[in-house]
Amino acid sequence: MTVSENALSAQPTRSQGYWSNVWRKLLRDRVSVACMIVLAVIILSAIFAPLLTSYDPAIGSVVQRLKPPLTDGYILGTDELGRDMLTRLLYGGRMSLIMGILPVLLALLIGGTLGTVAGFVGGWTNTIIMRATDVVFAFPSILLAVAIAGALGSGLLNALIALTVVLIPPMVRVTESATTQVRSLDFVEAARASGAGGLTIIRVHILGNILAPIVVYATSLLSVAIIMSAGLSFIGLGTKPPTPEWGLMLNTLRSAIYSQPLIAALPGVFIFAVSLSFNLLSDGLRSAMDMS
Amino acid sequence: MLGYILKRLLYAVPVTLAVSIICFSLVQLAPGDPLTVVLPADASQEIVDQTRARYGLDKPLPTQYLLWLSNVLQGDLGTSIASGRSVSSEIGHAIGYTLSVAVLACLLALVAGLALGLVAGYTMGSPMDKIASATAISGVSVPHYWLGIVLVVFFSVKLGWFPAMGAGRSGQSLGDALSFMILPVLTMAAMPAGIITRSVRALVAEKLGQEFVTALRAKGMTSPHIFAHVVKNAAPTALAVIGVQMGYLMAGSILVETVFAWPGTGLLLNNAILTRDIPLLQGTILVLALIFVALNLIVDILQPLFDPRIQRA
Repeated sequence: MTVSENALSAQPTRSQGYWSNVWRKLLRDRVSVACMIVLAVIILSAIFAPLLTSYDPAIGSVVQRLKPPLTDGYILGTDELGRDMLTRLLYGGRMSLIMGILPVLLALLIGGTLGTVAGFVGGWTNTIIMRATDVVFAFPSILLAVAIAGALGSGLLNALIALTVVLIPPMVRVTESATTQVRSLDFVEAARASGAGGLTIIRVHILGNILAPIVVYATSLLSVAIIMSAGLSFIGLGTKPPTPEWGLMLNTLRSAIYSQPLIAALPGVFIFAVSLSFNLLSDGLRSAMDMS
Repeated sequence: MLGYILKRLLYAVPVTLAVSIICFSLVQLAPGDPLTVVLPADASQEIVDQTRARYGLDKPLPTQYLLWLSNVLQGDLGTSIASGRSVSSEIGHAIGYTLSVAVLACLLALVAGLALGLVAGYTMGSPMDKIASATAISGVSVPHYWLGIVLVVFFSVKLGWFPAMGAGRSGQSLGDALSFMILPVLTMAAMPAGIITRSVRALVAEKLGQEFVTALRAKGMTSPHIFAHVVKNAAPTALAVIGVQMGYLMAGSILVETVFAWPGTGLLLNNAILTRDIPLLQGTILVLALIFVALNLIVDILQPLFDPRIQRA
């Protein structure tokens, strides 16, 4: 799994209505709109799962094991323990989405702060933060996530820690390079010359201008994070049964690969749909922001 | 040039040391006393102290690290708790499997990615480009462990063409051995092929718009020759991507090898996690991370040779 940072360049973008302009352009792109609809449907159906199904995601009936899709009462069939697949997929979205989105938000907060400080302060602070980042980059992201989660032992909190640690360094790099570029622009010099303090400059002049590349990058990281977090559950390092989660469901349904191949592959469709939508949306945002 | 190589080699030293420190601290990260797994629960305090001293666990952490490092440098990565065999021999058995699949997947990704990327870049905006680009972003976005399951469903369960798991038995023919590798290789090639397609596409579009192509056209050079120039310009990028991806593939093999029960380092890691075999986990992670560092180093050193314009400070 790759966490590669693209050459996102920061330009002085903050002007009245910049974001509403981006939003308008995004709405004109059919692919981006389709992705937003897919994501909205999946996220809303996970939130409102109890309203959409009457089954309990953890309770099944042994006599109803591995029914094919479109069986009476089970639109998408049942899993290896006779639980309704549709119910488990809806509820499973809760854990998969939380465990995919939360690490990115945490990395955005921690990595974004570190990167802004490194880029703005420069000097030794920059060297220390960036060299520490290099060390984590010496590991392929998935390997480091597996190493940390594997050593800490399985469990949700450990998986969350592992994913966040892995996602911080790329966030630091993108923020640092954007901040460094903006810092040397004329209006920052002007603000400094007119006596503005460091924090004021960051708040007023830097944050607004580095937001665009960071949002694009964070959106593509969501795609990576959703695949990695489901992957950790797939090898038993995240969610534990009977909690439904897409990656874990893919793993437990492997026993059904010969009897009900369609059901065995179903949870992956959702991981793929979410990951693809975030990636395409990131591409759409990039061109809406003219960053090509 | 020599100065650049020397500088890059020197830079790899602190990185390698830092990687070793992180791998060493994995044991510290693991909850519980590391001795509980090697000693019976009712061991007397005397035996516990003796064992602690024997493993060097009574010494301060920096001393423990140096002891561990000197062992590692002599090829001793400790003993697997589950199998009782040395970690280095376990890895030695497994690494060939991981390496062979990763190499084949990289070759496939290189060919497919270059071809798709060139087609897409040359026909920017056409239906051909749309198809190639859609394939590429699907390759980048697909959870590869799920792709593996889908391939097994199609090619093993439905069509019965290839075996679904394992690596076969020893002494089998080359054809049989390859038949076990086809699905894991296809699965692993998807992501790097997608990444190469995307970068080659962007690169070709950029090159075609550059002055040297216009100049070549103006001088009456025909399309095939221009194509050759573009490929020559695109190749270093593709090679750099594949070099880094090779490391990702070997390290990321844990998920794919779990799907196919492919007996490489990924399956080793998976077993280490299931049995909480920390020495095996630590050793395997260390070896895979060092391979990744080495591949990055090789790419950085080779790239200026392929593309003399890259003169890095």
